[in-house]
Amino acid sequence: MSVFIIRRLLQSVVVIWVMSLLVFGGVYLIGDPIDMLINPEADQEDIDAAIRALGLDKPIHEQYWFFLINALKGDLGSSFIFNEPALQLILARMPATMELAFASLFISIFFGIPLGMWAGLHPESIAGRSIMTGSILGFSLPSFWVGIMFIMFFAVILGVLPSGGRAETTEFLGMQVSFLSWDGLSHILLPAVNLALFKLSLVIRLSRAGTQEVIHQDYIKFARAKGVSEKRVILVHVLKNILIPVVTILGLEFGSVIAFAVVTETVFAWPGMGKLIIESIDQLDRPVIVAYLMIIVFMFIVINLVVDILYSVLDPRVRLQDVKA
Amino acid sequence: MEDETPTLAVEDLKTHFFTKLGVAEAVNGVSFTVKKGEVVGLVGESGSGKSVTGFSIIGLVDHPGRVVEGKILFKGEDLAQADDDRMRSLRGRRIAMIFQDPMMTLNPVLRIDTQMIEAVQAHEQVSEKEARETARDALVQVGIPSPDERLKSYPHQFSGGMRQRVAIATALLHKPDLIIADEPTTALDVTIQGQILHEVQKLCRETGMSLIWITHDLSVVAGLADRICVMYAGQIVERGEISDVLDHPLHPYTNGLIGSVPSHNRRGQPLAQIPGMTPSLLNLPEGCAFHPRCPRADGACFVQPQVTEPAKLGHEVRCVHPHLEQA
Repeated sequence: MSVFIIRRLLQSVVVIWVMSLLVFGGVYLIGDPIDMLINPEADQEDIDAAIRALGLDKPIHEQYWFFLINALKGDLGSSFIFNEPALQLILARMPATMELAFASLFISIFFGIPLGMWAGLHPESIAGRSIMTGSILGFSLPSFWVGIMFIMFFAVILGVLPSGGRAETTEFLGMQVSFLSWDGLSHILLPAVNLALFKLSLVIRLSRAGTQEVIHQDYIKFARAKGVSEKRVILVHVLKNILIPVVTILGLEFGSVIAFAVVTETVFAWPGMGKLIIESIDQLDRPVIVAYLMIIVFMFIVINLVVDILYSVLDPRVRLQDVKA
Repeated sequence: MEDETPTLAVEDLKTHFFTKLGVAEAVNGVSFTVKKGEVVGLVGESGSGKSVTGFSIIGLVDHPGRVVEGKILFKGEDLAQADDDRMRSLRGRRIAMIFQDPMMTLNPVLRIDTQMIEAVQAHEQVSEKEARETARDALVQVGIPSPDERLKSYPHQFSGGMRQRVAIATALLHKPDLIIADEPTTALDVTIQGQILHEVQKLCRETGMSLIWITHDLSVVAGLADRICVMYAGQIVERGEISDVLDHPLHPYTNGLIGSVPSHNRRGQPLAQIPGMTPSLLNLPEGCAFHPRCPRADGACFVQPQVTEPAKLGHEVRCVHPHLEQA
């Protein structure tokens, strides 16, 4: 187990380093932030001063070296626009995004698995077919459009839910959260459902496919032959088997939910990291873009590691000391 | 003892599968009885309906199949009419089943203790500790060493033979009256097969339970069963005492089956074969289903043959041209 984790951590360091090269190079290619930052009226002397102040006069490999050294010290640079450390800027927005991501994860699991299992157990029934048709819609409708439709229907026509923004936050276990109040729930409901739709559909399809495969296995028949109640057959024998693929996919998808909450956050004016990164790209705020991407990469690596460990808990046949690189 | 109610009496059982392509008559009028403590072999090729017969008795026929006709009298109670709750309470308690592939019968993600304890608690209101004791004793009974440790293992940590022992131990938990064994040794090595057979035979004698042993392997039932039913295309074509059927087979199909078993005595000679293969259940030949493959078939075989006892009482055959000269 520990050998496995050490090896994984070493691999992760390499991945992060390669990623930093790519991100740094990519951002360099996007454009020159000076045009955006400097008052067009400024004279050449002011411009040169600004370039020097930001360190943009140095050749790119020196800039990268400087960035790398600072990054190792935990400093990912300061925002050109806000003049605050980029890392701090992003971390301040992170709880909002995390809250949204966890809310949509919760929706995907607690609706997706039961619906998918139902559809798997009753594939011929009208409800089962409807669930599957619905999941195709969830897959194929573009999420920004669904978001806008949600706002139109629930906020504009019915007027029952707010169209966007996040409610007042309260302190909960040291984090700023909004879901503890009715107002907060009403604000998070639409964006969370919107963000969850794709994953919900994915979980439904995975659970259904898993259920249909598992239900015909001999061990299910054997469990029934033992006289075990149907409830226990479904909730223990079937559920535990289908959880394996669901956990894997959800774990991997969770990273992308955080990374791509961008669209939902923009549509619902949710004050999270996604909204910040869009603004930063607009203004070519390099340090923030780089810091954001590095954080996302880091998060993917951590999530993957957690998924691997969880996987071994669920599936006894996977014991981590057996894993060869 | 003759008038005692048999443990199981199957009467004219018909189990059909309603598929999109038509109705498959997997079991089509099967009758046999199993007395207390008796071992009955159900022999036939793949697709002859022997497994479906087993699943019909225990009430676990897969969709889209169902028992359409006939009686399954378990100690006088008709299981074909029993509701789901009644069947659930009988399954595992009074009637148990062992499956063909031990690699597939145990849930791979649950520990052995979980799977055995739930089987105990499905029928008895006992604490987990007591249930664990029962499970432990059952493992000892089937000859599994260090049972306490083994209970905490997962199925993949066992060999095939060990898994089948666990499955047998699970089936024995409630000391059932009847065990249906669906080719339980087919997937095992010969040596393990021998051990399991020996074990089961011993348990049958000790506990007085009845056993239906489903197999395609005549040599397995030869040493195990008291009586034998040979199935072909959903019907029993021949049945009787094991020695009568094996030594003096009446049906050409039984004769063919016996001829297909490789034997030391006929070394060097070509092995007898039954030409062709089992017919599709959706499209059975008219009359006797075996006649297209039968060396003795003639025009009379286009009519469904009746069951007769031409040689000896209790040795029945469903054939117009039985091998009488050998009897």
